[in-house]
Amino acid sequence: MFNNFFHKMASPKYFYRISGQLLPWLAVAFVLAAVAGLYYGLVVAPPDYQQGDSYRIMFVHVPAAWMSLFIYIVMAGAGAIGLVWRIKLAEVVSISSATVGASFTFLALVTGSIWGKPMWGTWWVWDARLTSELILLFLYLGIIALHNAIDDKRTAARATAILAIVGVINIPIIHYSVEWWNTLHQGPTVTKFDAPSIHISMLIPLLLMALAFKLYYALVVLMRARCEVLERERHTGWVKQLAESQ
Amino acid sequence: MNLNEFLNMGGYAFYVWTSYGITLLVLLANVIGPARLRRKLLVDIARAARRARKAA
Repeated sequence: MFNNFFHKMASPKYFYRISGQLLPWLAVAFVLAAVAGLYYGLVVAPPDYQQGDSYRIMFVHVPAAWMSLFIYIVMAGAGAIGLVWRIKLAEVVSISSATVGASFTFLALVTGSIWGKPMWGTWWVWDARLTSELILLFLYLGIIALHNAIDDKRTAARATAILAIVGVINIPIIHYSVEWWNTLHQGPTVTKFDAPSIHISMLIPLLLMALAFKLYYALVVLMRARCEVLERERHTGWVKQLAESQ
Repeated sequence: MNLNEFLNMGGYAFYVWTSYGITLLVLLANVIGPARLRRKLLVDIARAARRARKAA
């Protein structure tokens, strides 16, 4: 039964239909999680005893940074699956992740910079965490540019997959940069082995926003993947029929 | 807490609201982009299909 499910999901036509039904639910779930996260983050959570209210930038900065890594791993993983097993849908998911991944990386950098100004007294320092995250942004942009430079979709998918897989080396560097080097950026507070050193009233909005961003990524990657499927399948009967019935 | 206090963010209003504002804009753009692209693709594909039928 599961085999059958994956076989069907890998068919572009079936994927297009099911994803279309899924989109409104993802959108509703995202809005609910985001509204709850914003309410707990901006209204309920108390000011920080050291940083005052400026720390509230954390509720977009940290989930955006988590997403920048998570999406990269999905993109490289899907790219590898497409490379090895030639599954078209994996190629589609891989390249559809690039723009939204670049967006979250950009947000992590920009909100971090805006947070750094009042707390560190500077918009930017070349410390290991900030620099490796900037390299991640360049990796995403390189992957998008490479994909746009190759006309044949399947060749483009293979080339971008290889670049994405090579770039995976940057992910542990970003994650451990605050431990391996002396950075101005603080160490991890949530993902350490002992209990997280963050108060529950701040942890709840952080996790809600992380959930909201995950749902948002699912929403956007499906929307992009649907466009990619339409483009790749534009000469097939079902796409022509669908287009003419609109 | 009144509304002015809330908007003032303990003096960090500029930093906090700029961060949230930019995030909102980027998230909106990532939804609007593919939504418009899908509509454009469907129009293009339908037009090409009609043209091909006429030529045949």
